[in-house]
Parts: sequence; structure tokens; C-alpha cells
Amino acid sequence: MSNPTTKILTDDLNLFYGQKQALKNISIGIRANHVTALIGPSGCGKSTYLRSLNRMNDLIDNVRIEGRVMIDDVNIYDKQVDVVELRKRVGMIFQKSNPFPKSVFENVAYGPKINGVRDRAKLEEIVQNSLQRAALWEEVKDDLKKSGLALSGGQQQRLCIARALAVDPEILLMDEPASALDPIATAKIEELIYELKDRYTIVIVTHNMQQAARVSDITAFFYLGELIEADETKKIFTTPEKKQTEEYITGRFG
Amino acid sequence: MERHFVRELEALKTNLIKMGSFVEQGIATAIRSLLERRADLAEQVISQEQRINSFEIEIDDAVVDLLALQQPVATDLRFILAASKINNDLERIGDHAVNIAESALQVANRIPVKPLEDIPLMAQTTQVMLRDAIDGFIQRDTNLCRKVLASDDTIDNLNKQVFRDLVELIRKQPETLEESLELIRVSRNLERVADLATNIAEEVIFMAEARVVKHHQAD
Repeated sequence: MSNPTTKILTDDLNLFYGQKQALKNISIGIRANHVTALIGPSGCGKSTYLRSLNRMNDLIDNVRIEGRVMIDDVNIYDKQVDVVELRKRVGMIFQKSNPFPKSVFENVAYGPKINGVRDRAKLEEIVQNSLQRAALWEEVKDDLKKSGLALSGGQQQRLCIARALAVDPEILLMDEPASALDPIATAKIEELIYELKDRYTIVIVTHNMQQAARVSDITAFFYLGELIEADETKKIFTTPEKKQTEEYITGRFG
Repeated sequence: MERHFVRELEALKTNLIKMGSFVEQGIATAIRSLLERRADLAEQVISQEQRINSFEIEIDDAVVDLLALQQPVATDLRFILAASKINNDLERIGDHAVNIAESALQVANRIPVKPLEDIPLMAQTTQVMLRDAIDGFIQRDTNLCRKVLASDDTIDNLNKQVFRDLVELIRKQPETLEESLELIRVSRNLERVADLATNIAEEVIFMAEARVVKHHQAD
């Protein structure tokens, strides 16, 4: 599935934890500036697949990969790829938000600082932009010195998004970003995701199918390590091709 | 940050209003084509049918999207369900406009069999009912909708009267058979339009008050 707007191309990806095969022959193109949701029952491989898109699985012992993950025509598993650079380009947001024990300002400025930005005015600009794009600016602008840990759950998550945005990524990976949040905070994150896709490519893992329906353009259904079906979200939730997909989304199993 | 879902609901409402406007125009033009014996106006109505059908398909599609992807509840759900039914009602009214126009084409070149009194009255009342039903939807005005419900009997009685008069005419002047049958057809189509306007009014009352007033249930 290669076309001008594919941002990430997964080509026959297989992943093994030791002897156990967690991903089987995954081939899919992730569209640029779209939200792709990965759904499926527990243990289906969706989080494993997500982590393979920025090589977070490298941090786990005994992981073996076969196949390719191409971002802009470069296989990210090639030996010469700088993993640190990769993880700037492909940011990640986790289920449990993890702001640094620092001020709101320092949380967002940390990444740019490490990348060599020293100019105070420039840092302030980046921090403001990032917080605005993460829809958090209005709520924190009067007290950027406040500790990141003193924010509410939903605010902390948006702070983590701002932090990821501060290093100017192209792709955002989100692993169940709202599952620890209340409905209002969840709605804010969902609306933020909808707005962010104008500038970024987003892949989100969610165990909440209704969230996938609300927020994504493309939905990919994983089961037992295989990609069963991936298509426009509207199609998946009205007329899925595969019986298994239909049974999962109508709650017949899983 | 307004949910994009809210914008999509607004877009659905706007589309329905546009469709309603087309349909009202269609009925008005069809009636004019009959009363003024204008074949050109009748042709116009017939050629616009495709546009109304396209609206129906587009709105149906939007309804499926909203239901499948956004899990609406409460007022939103009632609005979407009402919108879906009103959509179908409007398309049927469009069909009746075409039927009236086709009858108009049949009688356009003939000498009038009798001065039309009841049919223009039916037409006017029906158009007011349709206008009020659509306005009731736009403004969520259930008083206006109840006014529509109250007018339905008037139309039914006029339809019966027209039928009686024309049957009488056919008996006395058999040569008027074809034209009289077309006029009976027009009367029946107007009666159906009034029924559909009543349906729309009932849907709006359900949407706004969560009350079912169909089939003359006590209100």
C-alpha cells in the first residue's frame, strides 16, 4: 500500500519475544496527517506494534525483528539510524502520564535545551507554541513555574503532549493516552488529537473502540499478533469486510 | 475547544434546512404550474427531482456516520433520529411535487373543466403546514408544530369534498373524465403532503420534548 501520502510503511514485520511470536507478517501503510487507531483484544500485539514504530522494543531483552519499518523511505532498523534522533521525530505518549518533577516550563523546555537551544527568548517561544498546540497554554500561562506534578491528570497528559511537540516531531505515537482520565479530560484529549493531525501523523492504541470510532480516520484491527483488517474508520464501523472484525466491534467476543 | 461532533450536527441541520427549502419551492412551483397552466414550470419541477434525491442520500450518509462513529445520546440522539425521518419525509414530499407537476402537464393544454376553488385552498393550507413544520424544526418550536397537527383534519375534509365534487362532475359531464381524474390525483397528492408535514411536526415534538404524539396519541 504505497502512495504519495504514506508516512510509515510496515513491510512484512515479524517480532519475537524469545520464542514467542508477537507480530506476524504485519504489512500496512500509515497515512500522513491522519489518525490511525489500533484496536484489538488484550495481547493482540497492538502495543507491541506501536512500540516497533520508534524502536522502543529495543529496550526489551530478547526481542527479534524481521521485516522493515520505513519512514520516508528509510528503514528505521538499519544500522546507521540514530535511535535518539528517531525518537525525536517519532514522539510517544504513554497511558500513565509521566511529567518530569520540574516546572511546567522546564518540562517542555527540557527537550529543546538538550538539543542545543540556549536562547531564553527562543525557549520561551517554543514552550508557548507547544503548550498552545497541546491546548494547555490558557490553563497554565499564568504560572509556568508551577510543578508539572501539581496539574490534574488530564493536564499532565497534555503537558506530556506539549513536551513531545517541543522537539518538533513528525509522528506521534499514543498508547492509550486517555484510559486513565475522566470523561471530560478524555474528550479534551480526543479533540486535541483531531486537531493535531493537521500538522502531525498520529497512531493511537486504544482498548476503547468507541474512542477509535470518534477520533480516527483509519482503524486497524489486530488479533493474536496478526493484522486482520485495516480500513477507513467509517467502513470498519459500518461494513467491515472480515467476520472477525465484525464480531469484535459488536462485542460478540474479546 | 468545541467538539467537531457539534460542528457535524450543525452541518446536518443546515443540509436539512436547505433540502426543506428546495422541497417547499418544488411544491410551490408545481401548484403554480397547475393553477396557471404552465407546462414550463411543471418541467422545471420534474427536472429538480434528482437534486432532492441527492440531498436525501447525502443526509442518510451523514446520519449513519454520526450514529456509527459518535455514539450520540439524549438530545443529540433524538435530533439525529428525527433528522433521519424528516429527511425521508422531505424526499417523499418532493416526489409528490413531481406527481402534481405531471398532472399539471396533462391539463395544461386543455380547457378548464371548472373553476378551481377547493384545490387552491388545499394547496395554500398544505404549503402553510409544510412551512410551519420546517420552521418548527429550525426553531425547535413545538407550538408551531401542534398548529400543523391541528390543520390535518381540514385537509382531509377538503380532499373528500374535492373527490365528491369531481365524481359529480364526471357523472354530469363524462367528457371531463380525464381532467377530473388528474385533479383528483392532485388533491390526493396534496393530502399526502399535508400528512407528511404532520409527520415532520410529530418528529420535531419528539426531538424537542421527547414526547411521542403519533397516531393521535393523547398529548
